Amino acid sequence: MSLDPLTRRWGLIGGAIMAFTGAIGMLVSFDERILISPILSLGYLTLLLAPAIAGHMAARGKVSVLEEPEHDVAQGAQKGLVAGLIAGVFAVVFMLAVNPFDLSEFFPNINDRMFDMMTFDFGLGLGSVVLIVASALAGAAGGAIYGLDDEPREGVFRSAIWVILFSLFELVVSDVIEVDAIVDLIYARGGGLHIWSAIIIGVLAWWLGVRYKGRRAELTQMAKDSEAGSRLRWSLIGVAALLVIVLPMLVGGIVNELLINVALFILMGLGLNIVVGLAGLLDLGYVAFFAVGAYGMAVLTSPLSPAFSPELNWWVALPVVMVLAAIAGVLVGTPVIRMRGDYLAIVTLGFGEIVRILILSDWLTPFLGGAQGITRIPGIPLGATSVSGTSPELFIYMTMLLVGVAAYISYRTQESRIGRAWAAMREDEDVAEAIGISTVQAKLLAFVTGAIIASFAGALFSAKVGTVFHNSFDVLVSIIILVVVIVGGMGSIRGVALGALILIGVLGGPKSQGLLGEFAEFKLLIYGAILVYMMLQRPEGLLPSVRRSRELHQEEAAQDAWLDKKGSFIEEPEASV
Amino acid sequence: MSDRTPVLAFRDVNTHYGAVHILKDANIEIYAGEMVCLLGGNASGKTTTLKTILGYVPPTTGHVELDGENVNGWSTAQRVANGVTMVPENRRLFKRMTVRENLEIGAYLRHGEDLSEDYDRVFDLFPRVKERLAQKAGTLSGGEQQMVAMGRALMARPKVLLMDEPSMGLAPKLVAQNFEIIDRINKAGTTVFVVEQNANMALSIADRGYVLQTGRIVLDDTAEALMANPQMREAYLGDI
Repeated sequence: MSLDPLTRRWGLIGGAIMAFTGAIGMLVSFDERILISPILSLGYLTLLLAPAIAGHMAARGKVSVLEEPEHDVAQGAQKGLVAGLIAGVFAVVFMLAVNPFDLSEFFPNINDRMFDMMTFDFGLGLGSVVLIVASALAGAAGGAIYGLDDEPREGVFRSAIWVILFSLFELVVSDVIEVDAIVDLIYARGGGLHIWSAIIIGVLAWWLGVRYKGRRAELTQMAKDSEAGSRLRWSLIGVAALLVIVLPMLVGGIVNELLINVALFILMGLGLNIVVGLAGLLDLGYVAFFAVGAYGMAVLTSPLSPAFSPELNWWVALPVVMVLAAIAGVLVGTPVIRMRGDYLAIVTLGFGEIVRILILSDWLTPFLGGAQGITRIPGIPLGATSVSGTSPELFIYMTMLLVGVAAYISYRTQESRIGRAWAAMREDEDVAEAIGISTVQAKLLAFVTGAIIASFAGALFSAKVGTVFHNSFDVLVSIIILVVVIVGGMGSIRGVALGALILIGVLGGPKSQGLLGEFAEFKLLIYGAILVYMMLQRPEGLLPSVRRSRELHQEEAAQDAWLDKKGSFIEEPEASV
Repeated sequence: MSDRTPVLAFRDVNTHYGAVHILKDANIEIYAGEMVCLLGGNASGKTTTLKTILGYVPPTTGHVELDGENVNGWSTAQRVANGVTMVPENRRLFKRMTVRENLEIGAYLRHGEDLSEDYDRVFDLFPRVKERLAQKAGTLSGGEQQMVAMGRALMARPKVLLMDEPSMGLAPKLVAQNFEIIDRINKAGTTVFVVEQNANMALSIADRGYVLQTGRIVLDDTAEALMANPQMREAYLGDI
């Protein structure tokens, strides 16, 4: 049997991922997180997922639009087996290469624990065989799953995903359930699902999926119908709103703390979404406005503000902070207004850093405290109490309030005259101007609106943490907000919320941990991987706006037009005015 | 004619791109209801003329007048608000928007006004556009795109419609159809200023014409006279 080049390729990719995740210490650190007690840890899931995916991709072969893909279990398993075998051998070769090539010089995480983990504690000799066999079996399983018919395949995926979700989000689930007796039924003491609770969840997920399959099709149909669709939408919005209100009461302080971080990034994402997603201005220094909001609030409310300390109430200070942010928006916006594309991105990147460095400068230290920052920032007064980060159960509602305001602003501007002007400007700035759109005004307005929304986040951040330091506002924050917007879906409010939930909530933000604390060290790596994957496979984001996905699938549309051409269709080169 | 105020006029306009002298002492007068064409070969300054009207390029000396008023220093938006609208070269629709959105945004500066009459006018001129309202502009054929581009410009209810190379990139049959439509728009009362390379086509419908050669207006006469003028043919062809 000759080796299919695609199988070889995927096998090598799978093996490279196994070796790489081992070399950087990811496997060892993930091994501490138990998913199903006592048989599966996150580390082993990662290790075996690589050959499984390789096997799956090898079985899938080349995807062609013209041919119906073949689904054959035996053939899929066979191809997957080969790919998994290659991956396993690659991983073993990597382990054998460690000593002769002194790889541990470059990868300090290559150590005995990595070897123990990757050889399943059997020692290098027997362990290598075990790894190759396990990898080949994982590959075969991945390939066989591809070979299944649509329905059982979806069932397998659904079960696997729900089991993984339940085990990964143990903290949230047990927080919501709260009753220890029930929690103990599902989760083992040392963490992870019991084997039989994992089986029950898997079977349930499968059964519910089959049971409600027809119902789901019905709902999709309903959503298409305009009247029933809008009723459906409103009931969905109602359920979501109810969930948002009730959830913080159910979960504990840690999860609430996390939700606050998510909400802060939703806020900033919504603001940046206006600048990047709606107006099409790539701003890489967005953190500057967050800093203005945070420092503005700190100076206005803290009794320890170095030079000027009016000790205002948070609510009184908020409009002042908004005005400050608007001024900052104009200040940053004015000089860059004539720049386009890449130039704009680079200049704003610089502006973001300038703000952080200015905070540290001799000139502003007397006002902003320099490296000492500003401390003792009071919480948000609410009736007789003051809400700050120490009471996350209440603070989350404050952030939600402002998220609601920002979402409303986003929604309204999107549908408004200025929203249309932005859309036109994003597409063709010259023509937009020729139509009478003042692009200077439109751009400034985008910067100012974005800045004000970021200042909401800053104002909340100050009150939550109680202190502000310059290092909370480095360039990484700007980048991560941008990643949130891109992954979620540019121009889409729901998308930004989902992006923040996944990236900040699960993986963790630039300074905060996510639900999966294990990811903390590898956060940026995973961010990068997600970003690359999204750019290749789904550039419009997870929940794209209708307009954006239309823009990105322009070529396909043009081809359609060509296929059903009626009049003459002459390709012309793009001209410049 | 000279006792009336021109809707659009160039008074001794000179423009430069850096050190390069583009328009040289250009004088143009366009009166209400006229159809005037500006002819010239490549790099003769035609596009710069339009850019100067819209205010993308400021004159180094001289000035542009709208209804007798010096508009140097006005923003593009102000000029558009005062009745100048352009159909750009190669149409340049917002291809990712629907046809309806393209028309709607053409009336950007007329927000709050009732547009139904304007839609009717566009549909009357281009029945095809009405059928395509919900379609993305980028999926239309070249001829249909040209119609939408003109419709988009008309939605602004311009006093002067500027047309940049309306024959560019279209099949000969469509070019003829296009000029017929421009003629109809003009007959319906809109002043039209067409910038064209296709001299015969433009002169066949225009009242008057200017011939531009390396930035200087070398001929300026009625369309019939220009058609008959051997020097015009020479000046024009000499540039190609």
